[in-house]
Amino acid sequence: MTKSLLFVGVGGQGIILASKILTEGLVKFGFDVKMSEVHGMAQRGGSVTTQVRFGEKVYSPLIGEGEADVIVAFEKVEAARWIKYLKKGGTLVVNDYEIYPQSVLVGQEVYPDDVIQKLKENVENVVVFNAAEVAEKLGNIKAQNIVLLGALIKALGVENLDWESVIKENLPEKMHDINIKAIKEGMKLS
Amino acid sequence: MKKIMTGNEAIARGAYEAGCTVAAAYPGTPSTEILENIAQYEEIYAEWAPNEKVAVEVAAGASIAGARSLSAMKHVGLNVAADPLFTMAYEGVNGGFVIVTADDPGMHSSQNEQDNRLYAQHAKVAMIEPSDSQECKDFVKAAFEISEQFDTLVLFRITTRIAHSKSIVELSERQEVGVKEYKKDVKKYVMIPAHARVKHVEVEERLKRLQEYSNTTPLNRIEWGDTKIGIITSGVSYQYAKEVFGDNASYLKLGFTFPLPDKLIKEFASKVDKLYIIEENEPYIETFVKALGINCIGKELIPICGELNPDIIRRALLGEKERETYSVDVKVPNRPPVLCPGCPHRGIFYAMSKYKDIIATGDIGCYTLGMMPPLNVTDTVIDMGAGISAAIGFEKAAMMAKRKNKVFGIVGDSTFFHSGITGLIDAVYNNSPIVAVILDNSITAMTGHQENPGTGKTLKGDISPVIDIKGIVKACGVKEENIRVVDPYKLDETERAVKDAYNATEPFVIITKQPCALLKDVLKKRAGRYVKVNQDKCRKCKLCLKVGCPAVAFKNGNIVIDKDMCNGCTVCLQVCPFNAIEKVGEWND
Repeated sequence: MTKSLLFVGVGGQGIILASKILTEGLVKFGFDVKMSEVHGMAQRGGSVTTQVRFGEKVYSPLIGEGEADVIVAFEKVEAARWIKYLKKGGTLVVNDYEIYPQSVLVGQEVYPDDVIQKLKENVENVVVFNAAEVAEKLGNIKAQNIVLLGALIKALGVENLDWESVIKENLPEKMHDINIKAIKEGMKLS
Repeated sequence: MKKIMTGNEAIARGAYEAGCTVAAAYPGTPSTEILENIAQYEEIYAEWAPNEKVAVEVAAGASIAGARSLSAMKHVGLNVAADPLFTMAYEGVNGGFVIVTADDPGMHSSQNEQDNRLYAQHAKVAMIEPSDSQECKDFVKAAFEISEQFDTLVLFRITTRIAHSKSIVELSERQEVGVKEYKKDVKKYVMIPAHARVKHVEVEERLKRLQEYSNTTPLNRIEWGDTKIGIITSGVSYQYAKEVFGDNASYLKLGFTFPLPDKLIKEFASKVDKLYIIEENEPYIETFVKALGINCIGKELIPICGELNPDIIRRALLGEKERETYSVDVKVPNRPPVLCPGCPHRGIFYAMSKYKDIIATGDIGCYTLGMMPPLNVTDTVIDMGAGISAAIGFEKAAMMAKRKNKVFGIVGDSTFFHSGITGLIDAVYNNSPIVAVILDNSITAMTGHQENPGTGKTLKGDISPVIDIKGIVKACGVKEENIRVVDPYKLDETERAVKDAYNATEPFVIITKQPCALLKDVLKKRAGRYVKVNQDKCRKCKLCLKVGCPAVAFKNGNIVIDKDMCNGCTVCLQVCPFNAIEKVGEWND
């Protein structure tokens, strides 16, 4: 059975690294994996997504609307933008963090202040936390993407695999401790 | 050994394993990482050329000299390189010659949605299309073999979802083929009319041989399943078709797509009840199948515009309804890309935005974003180089219509080297009083920081001479008194330059010099710097919001500046009429 998940957020939030660690891990644990991302224009502060699908045999790298088992939103309004991709009964992991788009900064549009509340009202399985705060408590705010990755891994039900070794294989040694702590902490939050 | 790779990484690996020795490209999404990855193999000479035409010509020369050579570019890059493509189609190869074209269905990062499969047909060269990363690697190796076997360059066509999707690849060792002997052969390599007439006949003969090959090559294969439905498909569309139909259909999966396999298609079509053609954008396969007199269903149900995905196919061919999902009643603000905090392009755009009668012909790069609110500067974007040349035509037409417009043409450093120089020569030669603004941020930024002739480094990381933009501008004939080199972080000198340019009656050039704010050295240097709002002084006039910086926001009734995003470029500080924005942090110079 193929599982599908979406990372959504804003260019520059560390989504690429988190999805890389996930895919390297899934390959190591014997899954067929496909991942798709869009570069270029999207990097300049635009809305960014990475799609990952894994299972016994995966064909399409793309996920359709209502098809994602899990969505991880690194920014909360992005959760609302992409929610239509979530499968009925799927899990939404939301970072309680906001980045104003330019249209909001210049006053053309309004940043909705009730996104989290609305998401909770409409989606059964919502996991919300502030990943930056969690990472800062662990000792380095930059590990917030790995905290979110931990929550995702739990939501996917693949938390029993050896993710510690995947972190060690894909990050420089001085970053091992903090990111191993971050991924474990993330798993507890989901 | 197995590795998960993007299509671009796998193409680079395939070139390496095939014994490729020369590769040249100009960066362009979604093709850029092909050369970046090839450059990591010591055995391959790899370079960034100033544009795609030069890149293809470099690779062509290497092929004639006997090397397996490769060039890579985004789809519109092949337009720039179309000239050598069409003639090299006649000359053929010595060492195998592969051109990768990375098309962008859906236009994730492009100005049009052209389908470059039509180029293979037009230039009469062989074409190959992979469907995943494993095929990217394997098919590049096959492409070099086919190129040498049939004496043709091979167009290797991928799309964004092939280039930037990762899947598992089994790696092999490099096959050393060396560089073949070069024998002078003017009838093959000097395309004067007398030789070309002979060559054209040979090209037509070659096409017949290639078509026979197309019917028998393992790159084209039939996967039998249920024969009630037959699907002919190629590229990533094959993955979408398999996702939707699984074993409930039979597939003619095409990897060698020009010339298309006529006999194989007839055989396949005769054994299935209903025939679908699933392909993105143009009805390329469909037109061929219909010309064979075979009934099939294609573009009447599957859209020409945009990128395909499994759901579009499900709805179009199976009549499936949309899946049940979630929605929330929240008005989600748009999030288009913007100039980054501290982007050196902001200052000049801000200075120009004060003149409402300036027409700005823009170009391809991060600075295309000068069109976005609140700057709203750019009027046109066409292609690489048109920033300067379109300005010339606009100015002439406006003058003839007696409209008072000052036309500023905007290009980046890399774009200037790519095809801005010829436009500037035209402006001087024909005495066009336009202003060419060259935004020199010392890198090819939009595609993710590639070196270029102005950065002093090559793709391989070697030190090279810095090509001096001002020197070129002068050599093109622009008078010294009509050139301004400014630091765009300094608004006063930038505004003075724009004013002088605005009043000029001769070709005028402004060069803004400040490296991209995202470059590692710049990030390091400016790490401790930021500005903040002194709320006692702030009168909330919101003038600072007019510079369009993502770090400056109006939140809960106050102007606030995000200290993590700010890099202390101080453009907002210089705009503030009440000195309410103040420097904080470490400022050593």
